[in-house]
Amino acid sequence: MIIADYKPVLFDGAYKKGEWALERYLEKGGYAAAKKVLALPRDPATRNVMSVIDEVKKAGLRGRGGAGFPTGMKWGFVDYKSNKQRYLAVNFDESEPGTCKDRVVGTYNPHMIIEGCLIAMHACGVEHAYIYIRGEFVEVFDHLIRACAEAYKAGYLGKNVLGSGHAFHVTPHRGAGAYICGEETGLLSSLEGDRGYPKVKPPFPAVEGAWRSPTVVNNASTLASLPALITMGADKFMMVGAKPGPDGQLGKNNSPGSQVYCLSGHIKRPNNYEHPMNLTMRELVYDARFGGGMKDDIPIKCVIPGGSSMPCMRYDGKSYIGSNGKEITDNLDLEMSFDEVRKAGSLLGSAAVIVMNERTCMVSALYNLIRFYHHESCGQCTPCREGSGWLEKIISKIYHGQAKPGDFERLHSVATQMSGTTICLLADSVAMPTGAFVTKFKEEFRYFCEHGKSMVANPIRL
Amino acid sequence: MAFKFNDDSEKQLKWLLTRYPERRAALLPCFRLVEEQQGFVNQESMDYVAGRLELPPAYVLGVFTFYSHYRREGDGKYIVQVCATLPCGLMGAQGVADAFKEELKLGIGETSSDKKFTLRKVECLGSCTTAPVCQINDDYFESLTEQKIKEIVAALKNDKTPPHMSNGPSLEGGRCSYRPLIEAFPEGK
Repeated sequence: MIIADYKPVLFDGAYKKGEWALERYLEKGGYAAAKKVLALPRDPATRNVMSVIDEVKKAGLRGRGGAGFPTGMKWGFVDYKSNKQRYLAVNFDESEPGTCKDRVVGTYNPHMIIEGCLIAMHACGVEHAYIYIRGEFVEVFDHLIRACAEAYKAGYLGKNVLGSGHAFHVTPHRGAGAYICGEETGLLSSLEGDRGYPKVKPPFPAVEGAWRSPTVVNNASTLASLPALITMGADKFMMVGAKPGPDGQLGKNNSPGSQVYCLSGHIKRPNNYEHPMNLTMRELVYDARFGGGMKDDIPIKCVIPGGSSMPCMRYDGKSYIGSNGKEITDNLDLEMSFDEVRKAGSLLGSAAVIVMNERTCMVSALYNLIRFYHHESCGQCTPCREGSGWLEKIISKIYHGQAKPGDFERLHSVATQMSGTTICLLADSVAMPTGAFVTKFKEEFRYFCEHGKSMVANPIRL
Repeated sequence: MAFKFNDDSEKQLKWLLTRYPERRAALLPCFRLVEEQQGFVNQESMDYVAGRLELPPAYVLGVFTFYSHYRREGDGKYIVQVCATLPCGLMGAQGVADAFKEELKLGIGETSSDKKFTLRKVECLGSCTTAPVCQINDDYFESLTEQKIKEIVAALKNDKTPPHMSNGPSLEGGRCSYRPLIEAFPEGK
């Protein structure tokens, strides 16, 4: 299936009023995939359905939360020998700056998430799923509560669902404004009624998660992709987004399925765009079907390709000296798939593309991001709690024109030392953008340190 | 008078306890029940919740203060939360914050003396494609301009439903409640 055949799946019916209701979802063929899966018997010994897990593995679906981990493989790690109750935790905490796709799926397509839950629950032998929704998303919570109510009434949830003999329950659970609860173990702590503190891994949630039971943690958009995957079948799904190779045949596809690109910042048409992962950054920013070019035609300077914690790409055409000492120029024709973005030195993450124009001062942009991570550090690990605070102090000094010699180098060295020293990835999430900003825009940071003002004339106030 | 759950909260709590394997898991939902019942969470209600869930009061306070989204005693009737993180910042969040400061005659973090408005700058609200945004109580206001802000504040000052609300007026029958789900599946488990 190449671009021309592609129809939106996750965003089918998005932005239409009343579209969330069960009636509409059934008209579009909803719950057919769940029916197909629930007709398959579970293995009595392991309480799972291996054929479904294998199908998801074969399809190559990768998690849409940020890490891009293969979903089927994650399901394979669940401790199926344990006779404990198993749980599914749905990550709907969407709080990475730049990301706002789950909110649209949850508002307009809650039944797709519930159907995804059903498929995952039956495949992994789970009876109860909890959808952890960030506290701010009141409308999403409301729609999911109402959608679950409809599903219970129609027999898609309850004690004996669709004659399978199994019980399936889904409980929406509201968070209360903590970024860290988007980290899987932090989410589970919060679900259990504790502070959202991440836990040391191993044990991984698949072995010991919520209430010390094996728990599958999946992003809401990942689960919402499942009905389409089951309907299409793995063979067809794995070719969504595949590109023809030199011989004209469709090649191997490492990022199958559709991705929702959240395009924000200085762009003519900021929006969520669903598309297979074979787009280039240039198409995303300039193509009339997507971004439509830079706002007010002010030239592009920098893009963060996957949510604020990923390293930025420099697009003002100038080169910089990379950490390996070589001169690098970032390529605007970068394919926006998990593997290609990684090869280019950044990560696709949650596909939240933040575009910045020439009037953006990189020092204030980084100051803004560091402030965010310092605010959201949960405070458990010293390197993150103190490190993010130090970074904020140093960059605040630079920003206010009080930089001392060595402050610029200190920024880099603190960030480097934070990375990889903490329980969860939040320390890395601040270290990665800091490292990339100071490496790629070195001259701008040096100028600010030396002159006490931005190199950019009339910069945007951040 | 000491805080106590009313019949509706009591019904929701009873149902919630059937949904989790441990009582403690109902703590975050309980804060929401308190919020819905009396409009804010204070020490007294936290102590009450601690008693109901058989948790130490100090633990409950610790959990409560970890999260930033609950309404606290003394907050204004309308809590204006302006997103200030990068995607909104790029699109003029500073201007939005300034406009609210000007219209409400309040500084960031302040509450008006008549307890009507609280103005806050918050981190990412998760609506980056429609930046700049703010959230007032439960509702989102997206792609803000100075003119929109003027109209929103004018309506709120007169306790009218503000224009430019993203989701339309609140859904009928009250939001943030488990009521529809309880009705559909009363036994819980």
